[in-house]
Amino acid sequence: MAATDFLKLDTTHFDAEEILVRDSVAAWVSKEFMPRLQEHVRQDGSFPMELVPQMAELGMFGANLEGYGCAGMNNVAYGLLMQELERGDSGLRSFASVQGSLCMYPIHAYGSEEQKQRWLPGMAAGELIGCFGLTEPDFGSFVTGMRARAERKGDHWVLNGTKRWITNGSIAHLAIIWATTEEGVRGFVVETDSDGFESRDIKGKFSLRASVTSELFLQDVKVPEANRLPDAAGFRGPLSCLTQARYGISWGALGAAMACYEEALDYAKEREVQGGPLATKQLVQEKLVFMLTEITKGQLLSLQLGRLKDRGEMHPTMVSMAKRNNVDIALRIAREARDILGANGIVDDYQAMRHMLNLETVRTYEGTHDIHTLIIGEHITGMRAL
Amino acid sequence: MKVMVCLKQVPHQDARLEIRDDSTWIKEDNIKFEINSYDTYALEEALRIKDANEAEVVVVSVGPDRLTQALRTALGMGADRAVHVNDPAAEGSDSLGIAKILAAVAKEESPDLVITGLMADDDNYSAVPPMLSQLIGMPSATGVLKAEAQDGGYRVERELEGGALEVVDLPQPCLIAVQSGLNQVRYASLKGIMQAKKKPIDVKTAADLGLEGQVGASAQKVKVEKVYVPPKGDTAEMVEGSSEEIASTLVAKIKELGLL
Ligand SMILES: Cc1cc2nc3c(=O)[nH]c(=O)nc-3n(C[C@H](O)[C@H](O)[C@H](O)COP(=O)(O)OP(=O)(O)OC[C@H]3O[C@@H](n4cnc5c(N)ncnc54)[C@H](O)[C@@H]3O)c2cc1C
Repeated sequence: MAATDFLKLDTTHFDAEEILVRDSVAAWVSKEFMPRLQEHVRQDGSFPMELVPQMAELGMFGANLEGYGCAGMNNVAYGLLMQELERGDSGLRSFASVQGSLCMYPIHAYGSEEQKQRWLPGMAAGELIGCFGLTEPDFGSFVTGMRARAERKGDHWVLNGTKRWITNGSIAHLAIIWATTEEGVRGFVVETDSDGFESRDIKGKFSLRASVTSELFLQDVKVPEANRLPDAAGFRGPLSCLTQARYGISWGALGAAMACYEEALDYAKEREVQGGPLATKQLVQEKLVFMLTEITKGQLLSLQLGRLKDRGEMHPTMVSMAKRNNVDIALRIAREARDILGANGIVDDYQAMRHMLNLETVRTYEGTHDIHTLIIGEHITGMRAL
Repeated sequence: MKVMVCLKQVPHQDARLEIRDDSTWIKEDNIKFEINSYDTYALEEALRIKDANEAEVVVVSVGPDRLTQALRTALGMGADRAVHVNDPAAEGSDSLGIAKILAAVAKEESPDLVITGLMADDDNYSAVPPMLSQLIGMPSATGVLKAEAQDGGYRVERELEGGALEVVDLPQPCLIAVQSGLNQVRYASLKGIMQAKKKPIDVKTAADLGLEGQVGASAQKVKVEKVYVPPKGDTAEMVEGSSEEIASTLVAKIKELGLL
């Protein structure tokens, strides 16, 4: 549990509350979540919903938001929460990211006081589950190609369009739907039991199997003006949500990487091959050294980002760097760990391959690896890549 | 109503333990610690009393700086305040020394109920609870699986050898040492951890408690001679053959040893 701490961050950089948050969540993940995980992974797209009340009770939803039943933690503690959830499984972290950063955050940041009172306490309590509908079948990275439309009709709006790859889509009570209007992109809180709203789950995923991913169909869905987020105008709305979630992902990826590294290290020490344990082999040691070094660098990146975020000095480009780097190294670490485990590495009694497959999604969602490269590239050159 | 919970911090169950060079204990420098599992049940029991009756829950522990983590966890779970006896002079205390320290705190606090774990995961002595109950003059019950308030006291169920249960009545104040599994222990919630920042941890020395020279290594009545890993035995016998052959050899062996 939380053993990867090469540079002694525990005693020099994390405060007592941050460590407690991490350890309390880690204990919950290993005792309550891990024993249920395999069954869900084998089921092709399901989440252990019975754990949602416990997650809420512990304060995992919208944990870095203030008020409305949220825990109000600082961003480093929030990052450590994400780390421990993803040490369990990217699907678990995704559930919390979507609920907190992608659904509660926009209501908190762009909603009216009445909207906050109406939805946030229920979402913090896990009684209202949210989903975030930005991606469409034809448009992922190229968000400005959005086709979903909302038309104003008196005191309400009429929404039409399809959203695809939507985490928690079919289990959500509320969908934050981003759609183009005559005034530009706007965000709507759509109640999923509205007429004309339908969802269908995407099956056959190799990745994020312990998570529900859906397609949403909106056909002439009537949404009251009272459900439009008044302060979200243009793409800044959805993109700022993504910045929040990406920040958490930079920590989450480290959790998955730590799980793989620790598993591979233990295995290498125990596994006898010709001439002694696997861990005595230079080639294996090189892999382990790579893993620990990259995790340690990633920790420093996310930690500094968290401190800057708390001071209000974090720039989205910095988040791009952390998301891009930490997910990339986590994926490489998962692959190396899988390799060290040999044949054992391909079954789900071990974690590495599950993390590896999950991280393929994490590399793609929330801005693909390459898109973040382009964002940082544009930032440093001042020129948009062609 | 005031409930005092005594808790100990022990090496984490997943920690890789190594014996110290002087062979008197394990190396403590690079391992993680956690609250003794029995004591988490003790704390949970106290918190349930608090939830039902507005009791004040005070956690008390003896140990070095690292203990703060355990006390903060307890506060995060819902305890109201903590007393941390942190004194190099108390280091090396045997069970009696620890019991004396806890007794001195109990005298200052005058709790209506003291709850401890049955034993510590690390040294397995089970000695502190009965010693403490003697020193503070409170009747006690150990191995408690259930405790219910009744007629100004408690009716408790104790676990006996062989799976039998014993029901005893205790007056208030009293001390109970709980068995693991008597309740479902809560996790420290993130909100609870944030609120715990404001809860006080009162740090005391042996001298503050009037125990100078009475505790610590110099006052030991029980001295650890040696801690070691027993050498691997050579009595194991490998049974070979097909599954059926192995099964019948095992059955024959078990019968031969009179184990059936
Ligand atoms: C399991 C899962 C859950 C998801 N959950 C959600 C959710 O809850 N809500 C939501 O809105 N979305 C969600 N998504 C969608 C996700 O955000 C998108 O898949 C992602 O934005 C990438 O879009 P795309 O799949 O259309 O890929 P594309 O944009 O088509 O990208 C394909 C490849 O082309 C590259 N590429 C794209 N554009 C350029 C360019 N201009 N220059 C160079 N290279 C480029 C990309 O880097 C990538 O390598 C989820 C996806 C998955 C897999």
